[in-house]
Amino acid sequence: MKQLMIGNRAVARGLYDGGIKFMSSYPGTPSTEITEFIAKYDNVKSEWAPNEKVGMEAAFGASLAGVRSACAMKHVGLNVAADPLFTMSYTGVNGGLVICVADDPAMHSSQNEQDSRHYAIAAKVPMLEPSDSQEAYDFAKAAFDLSEKFDTPVILRMCTRVAHSQSLVTAGERAEIPDKPYCKNGAKYIMVPANAIKRHVVVEERTKLLREFAENCPFNRVEMGGKEIGIITSGTSYQYVKEVFGDTVSVLKIGMPNPLPVKLIKDFAASVDKLYVIEELDPIIETHCRNLGLNPIGKELFSPLGEYSQEIIAKAFDLPAKPFVKADTVAPARPPMLCAGCPHRGIYYTLAKNKVTVIGDIGCYTLGAQPPLCAVDSTLCMGASVSGIHGFLKANESAAGKTVAVIGDSTFMHSGITGLVNIAYNGSDSTVIILDNSITGMTGHQQNPTTGFNIKGDPAGKVDLEALCRSIGIKRVRVVDPYDLKACDTAVKEELAAKEPSVIISRRPCVLLKYVKTNPPLLINREKCRACKKCLSLGCPAISFKEGKAHIDFTLCVGCGVCEGLCPFGAIENGGEKQ
Amino acid sequence: MTKSVMIVGVGGQGTLLASKLLGAVLTEEGYDVKVSEVHGMSQRGGSVVTYVRFGEKVYSPIITEGEADYLLAFEKLEAARFASYLKIGGEIIVNTQEIDPMPVIIGSATYPTEILNELKAKGVKIDETDALKVAESAGSAKAVNIVLLSRFAKKFPIPYEKWIAAIEKTVAPKFVEMNKKAFELGYNL
Repeated sequence: MKQLMIGNRAVARGLYDGGIKFMSSYPGTPSTEITEFIAKYDNVKSEWAPNEKVGMEAAFGASLAGVRSACAMKHVGLNVAADPLFTMSYTGVNGGLVICVADDPAMHSSQNEQDSRHYAIAAKVPMLEPSDSQEAYDFAKAAFDLSEKFDTPVILRMCTRVAHSQSLVTAGERAEIPDKPYCKNGAKYIMVPANAIKRHVVVEERTKLLREFAENCPFNRVEMGGKEIGIITSGTSYQYVKEVFGDTVSVLKIGMPNPLPVKLIKDFAASVDKLYVIEELDPIIETHCRNLGLNPIGKELFSPLGEYSQEIIAKAFDLPAKPFVKADTVAPARPPMLCAGCPHRGIYYTLAKNKVTVIGDIGCYTLGAQPPLCAVDSTLCMGASVSGIHGFLKANESAAGKTVAVIGDSTFMHSGITGLVNIAYNGSDSTVIILDNSITGMTGHQQNPTTGFNIKGDPAGKVDLEALCRSIGIKRVRVVDPYDLKACDTAVKEELAAKEPSVIISRRPCVLLKYVKTNPPLLINREKCRACKKCLSLGCPAISFKEGKAHIDFTLCVGCGVCEGLCPFGAIENGGEKQ
Repeated sequence: MTKSVMIVGVGGQGTLLASKLLGAVLTEEGYDVKVSEVHGMSQRGGSVVTYVRFGEKVYSPIITEGEADYLLAFEKLEAARFASYLKIGGEIIVNTQEIDPMPVIIGSATYPTEILNELKAKGVKIDETDALKVAESAGSAKAVNIVLLSRFAKKFPIPYEKWIAAIEKTVAPKFVEMNKKAFELGYNL
């Protein structure tokens, strides 16, 4: 039976039918749902790891023990896990090992748009790249066989449009794969120089075999149409090419971007008059073609920036644009923002009010950078707030009284702890604010080691943040409720003034969590409101200015009361009707 | 011939449920279907877009300017923002609710209240519904998505019962009755 599935669900089903028994991942858009769907299978052990490196290494351990295992991450997560990846290429696997990585061209929810194919090339491991959900299923399933056949981890590369698009999938049955015995084999698994030197030879031999495999593998295919135009393409770009041209041009669809075939590409190039390469992001296939002495039209016509579409491809081929009508008035932008009742708002308001420099991090709370709060000064990568403030203050000690780092609970677990160790060890008067909303928020509510629950929602070990910070050597650790603006103000002022490192834990669960009971919406008393607009400075989506006075949208307000505490005229009152 | 329906709104308005139901009904009808949406950062109160495409064989999961047969807009400003995606002769189905975006809230922009009339003057076909009001009379402001979907369903040759069956299958049991009522009210407007 055909089922409509997002690509990530199809990957999970493919891994399942391929016999997966263990998966460990860190959430990251657009990869998160792969592991969430795996967690629905009771006969697979699945986990949220504190970060991608831990996830990949746990998957390696399971592979070493003899079962088929996997991990999933977003593209930048692969940077974190790059260390095990490069050496796992040398050790190879015991049970099949699949690394799912999801790129985000156009940066819908990311800080850069790096192309993960570079990693497959650099680490010398095979990579598969599906272009729809059916292929996501097929390729994920086949990746285990490929992994065991060639004794290598296999990277399954997704991108936002494949990961988060639904298309029809015909799935099969789960293969019952017997566990492989674990046999001690130091020459293969202990990567000290003497062994690694020999394993590198194996890697190069394997690459040759994989290149031969690529010539006739089921992942690459030629669809001959007209002879005039030949297009080499892969992933979601294939769909746009077919949308524009149907069967009128010839297409070489690459489903295995590493290693790339040689003869297949040369033969295809020889069979058409004009050769194009259409691939999102970097010119990987194009460069390969040039190395083969071919001269395709690629990035000179197609941008290395963002996502493609049928429109972009049609335009590049000078095909007529589709007519449309639009309004002359420009619609004001609607950027994403902190939700109504978001616990981060109170602390950001406090930081903005005190004109504090904020070294930020990755998560929902990055949205504190948006107007009107504008409370964030930098965002680099996971954990960089805690490490960054230390360097910032080492370079400028006088900034200690007016600079903080902010980091979420999940991000602190991911890679903030080591930065805090550095602050305690190398001594800076840093103030780190842990925004503990009891969940991994931006990726859609995943549990983490501070929440007390595991991926299946069952009770699990819970990290005591206060005790952890103290054990690192931070003596000043305090907890505030971010809905209490006065307490936030006192805490921030006192910790900034302290001549030693400090941690403020701003603790309140994400308002979108199901167990969080919200209050009835608040109302503006129009008699009392003096239109001072102080409440608007919170940047709450529920508060706007209508007919000369502040106005609260009852469909959005959750009665958090932060604005109530801010209004100098007592014009914000209870009494709205709960939705 | 591939048909394209674009669903736009504000993060949190429930556009994903609408596309889920639409996808389910179209699959049931035997079409090749693709639905594409974006998760993560943009969902937090920002403009959200879902593409639904169906036909005998669908390649691209996305919709570009001048391609949509229908634009289902959960909010007025979002209808205007994405009007260019509508093909000539296509139709906008819009909830007349206004939700101020942050630039309007903080006073750096004004809400263009006349923007739909501007489009109408240019010959764009627009079906306006106060979906929030209808949803409230069905029992929950959250059913705006179902009301809008019902307005679309009315224009589309798939029997009423099939939509109801999809609601029963897709929506959490305790919300089924309320959503069915919202669908009925919207459909019979």
